[in-house]
Amino acid sequence: MNCDHQREQLLERIQALSFSAVDLNLYLDTHPCDLRALTDYNQISSVLLQTKAIYEQLYGPMLNFGLSSGGCDSFRWVEEPWPWQIGAGRVY
Amino acid sequence: MWVYDKKLQFPVRVSGPNPKLAKSVITQYGGPDGELAASLRYLTQRYTMPTGRSIATLTDIGTEELAHMEIVAALVYGLTQGASIEQIKAAGMDGYYADHDKALYFVNGDGVPWTASYIQSKGDPITDLHENMAAEQKARSTYEYLIQLSDDPEVTRVLCWLREREVVHFQRFGETLNHVQEYLDSRKVF
Repeated sequence: MNCDHQREQLLERIQALSFSAVDLNLYLDTHPCDLRALTDYNQISSVLLQTKAIYEQLYGPMLNFGLSSGGCDSFRWVEEPWPWQIGAGRVY
Repeated sequence: MWVYDKKLQFPVRVSGPNPKLAKSVITQYGGPDGELAASLRYLTQRYTMPTGRSIATLTDIGTEELAHMEIVAALVYGLTQGASIEQIKAAGMDGYYADHDKALYFVNGDGVPWTASYIQSKGDPITDLHENMAAEQKARSTYEYLIQLSDDPEVTRVLCWLREREVVHFQRFGETLNHVQEYLDSRKVF
């Protein structure tokens, strides 16, 4: 249960960072010369990448098709839970 | 090329089985102003956008809408999985159940299947961007009606977040419209 809680916290951190990156990305699409936003985007991207690496080490790849290591003993991509199996249908 | 990121864009939790709410929320999966329509509209219009910026905006918002489609699916999945046959019948979801069990299918709240006639791809970037701004407002209104209908605070939390994204997308499409108008005007100068 404690392990589940840690996983959930790390996932929510990734979701928050990833959301910041998406929102800045859309802003930069229409303001490509805003250097402050670009600096924020680059910084967040770097932290997101590091945080994802920690998560993937513990819980398996978030990306496939050659963008992340598949694992050593078995192809961890196929492991559950899939995203809709985590909070949906369950009460925390 | 697209890549699947094995996470939801926003955390989804539900308080328990609620097929009545699922029956309303599913309209944002396969209804006229839902996330499938939004995503496919932008991703098919992008080929004839005139500038790098406008192509980027349609590609990226179209991609984000796919993530929203997955969030709506996770809501409907969560609200239906533990539901009993009695609850499904009481919710008026028995017609859906006869055709799909508890599987996800692209329909509106009344079971009308998704159709490509919900969207347009006109070739004129000014026309298409106006359609997209209207689409974002229609989706925002739909989320507001769903928030009124929701009796699950966990679901309401997700619906509020999705509503906010419609507002941001409307803003970006408006900026893209100004940019494309300026670009087209600049080409008329000899």
